[in-house]
Amino acid sequence: MSQPAKLRLATVWLAGCSGCHMSFLDLDEWLIELAPRIEMVFSPIASDTKTYPEAVDVALVEGGVGNSDNLALIRQVRQRTRLLVSFGDCAITANVPGLRNPLAGPAAVLDRSYLDLADGSAQWPHAPGLVPELLERVLPVHELVPVDLFLPGCPPPAGRIRAVLEALLQGERPLMEGPEMIRFG
Amino acid sequence: MSVRTLRIDGRDVASADGATVLEAAGDAGVAIPTLCHLEGLSPVAACRLCLVEIEGSPRLQPACITPVSEGMVVHTATPRLREIRRTVIELLFTEGNHVCAVCVANGHCELQDRAVEVGMDHSRLPYRFPDRPVDLSHQRFGLDHNRCILCSRCVRVCDEVEGAHVWDVAWRGEHCRIIAGLDQPWGAVDACTDCGKCVMVCPTGALFHKGDSEGEKHEDPSRLAALLRARRARQEAP
Repeated sequence: MSQPAKLRLATVWLAGCSGCHMSFLDLDEWLIELAPRIEMVFSPIASDTKTYPEAVDVALVEGGVGNSDNLALIRQVRQRTRLLVSFGDCAITANVPGLRNPLAGPAAVLDRSYLDLADGSAQWPHAPGLVPELLERVLPVHELVPVDLFLPGCPPPAGRIRAVLEALLQGERPLMEGPEMIRFG
Repeated sequence: MSVRTLRIDGRDVASADGATVLEAAGDAGVAIPTLCHLEGLSPVAACRLCLVEIEGSPRLQPACITPVSEGMVVHTATPRLREIRRTVIELLFTEGNHVCAVCVANGHCELQDRAVEVGMDHSRLPYRFPDRPVDLSHQRFGLDHNRCILCSRCVRVCDEVEGAHVWDVAWRGEHCRIIAGLDQPWGAVDACTDCGKCVMVCPTGALFHKGDSEGEKHEDPSRLAALLRARRARQEAP
């Protein structure tokens, strides 16, 4: 009997604190059960691949879209992924990175961070092609590319992540209902 | 007391004349979601979450202010109403800055609870990210306009229960907001008795105790109902 094909899984880190990825690691021993059932093809915590690969089955995308690198990556992720999951509140609502949105654009934020509050040698981190430019606003992922599944929480509890992955591994769509599965915050 | 008979979601219901559809539904065990409504305060239909369909009426009616009438046929949970309720919650989330992760009411928030109830796992409407201030001029309390959903519970409890009438709703459209006194900093309003009832009944983290941090606010609107019942009992005692 042939082994079922492994799920090609990616996790992506945009404008977020990596808390959703930490919550993923909170799956603890279940990660050992998960490991043989997936092929981890791209992840900041589980692979050293720098280029997002082709033909990814599922991508968990943490964070809002806050700079030019995030924007380029999320477009690539969408193109090369069958099922894109908005992973956590920042991806779904812009959440904490989005706190800068009501302010007067990226220049005001950079001024405050790198000039007003600098101890010395105050300067903007400006290096074209090296430091990505901030977008005017941090946006939720689904305002830029289509999203297939929303996995809320700040961070989503490990049990919620497991429930989603278990369903996807069975080839099913998880039922996102009730406080266990869809509470923000 | 005359009685009116009506049908709510296929159930025959008898209700006192003058009762609202929301009260009649509650008596019949039919739960209609609400946000601005609070037992003991006058109903105002500010949030529109309790909209129901009434046969023969082309328009949806807010259950909290619609009186029952004889032979009325009410539907409270049709697919159309469920869709509208989810959209109402999405509108509330997107027109303000409801960052649950850093909210004093996270986990104890009626807006958050309603979002779960209506099945909102994301908003289909774009977020506005408005620039709104926070008023920390009061000695004990704070007002974060980012989290205010303009339910006006604070306005009503201060006027109808405390009798101080510190709060009002000012301006219109996207500029609409709660004001203290004559649009003064809250701390500068002498009429405020520092009673905290407004904080107690706020459904979100908009009104809070200073010093509360993420997840620490525990509003308890039922305490207000208990207070009102106790007052009424005392007034009615011989």
